[in-house]
Amino acid sequence: MKSHIQILYFASLGEQLKCDEENLTLDIDENFNVRALKQHLSERGEIWQKLILSSSTRCAVNQTITNDDQIIKINDEVAFFPPVTGG
Amino acid sequence: MISIQEHDFDIADEYSSLLRKNNTGATVTFVGRVRDFAQNDKQFYLQHYPGMTEKVLSEIETTAHTRWSLIATRIIHRVGHLQVDDQIVYVGVSSEHRKDAFQACEYIIDILKTQAPFWKKEGERWVDAKTSDNTAADKWLTD
Repeated sequence: MKSHIQILYFASLGEQLKCDEENLTLDIDENFNVRALKQHLSERGEIWQKLILSSSTRCAVNQTITNDDQIIKINDEVAFFPPVTGG
Repeated sequence: MISIQEHDFDIADEYSSLLRKNNTGATVTFVGRVRDFAQNDKQFYLQHYPGMTEKVLSEIETTAHTRWSLIATRIIHRVGHLQVDDQIVYVGVSSEHRKDAFQACEYIIDILKTQAPFWKKEGERWVDAKTSDNTAADKWLTD
């Protein structure tokens, strides 16, 4: 079924993708995970593939850092960002 | 106690707020400031992930309280546009004995630097994360 996922892109990642946030509508089932979302986004083109699939790009689901196996559900908030540099 | 804010903080005020009557034997504070990054365009910008930054800092603070015997903790991190020499981050810890305060303060800033979702931009360039920060954070991993 078609579902909404909020996706945020921060720092250099958002700049290079020319996108800070989007509300994505796509078909997801109960097995839809971060890996599947990354695959979907990487099909947008070379820069998306390079940055989203980069091993240094971090992913958070509902504000918790997670890995590719994390399931994504309807209305979840997903964020992609480079390694943090606060403090 | 956590604050994410654009405005500056006063160390003297923050120090006073860590003190409790009778048993505050030790306080340790850390302040991080904007260093001169040697660019003509000295625009410094700090982005963060609203919501997640507070969540992560609260978790770090809670963990510090479980690992050490502490009286009070205070973490302040500024965001937005700053100048060279501006204060960026404050970590304050009070306890009965100094070992807890020293270790907890170092723990909080070491973990903040590798987990809290802030990103620094110097002029037009986003700062790269440092492996030395990961090394510092790793030393706090418990078995």
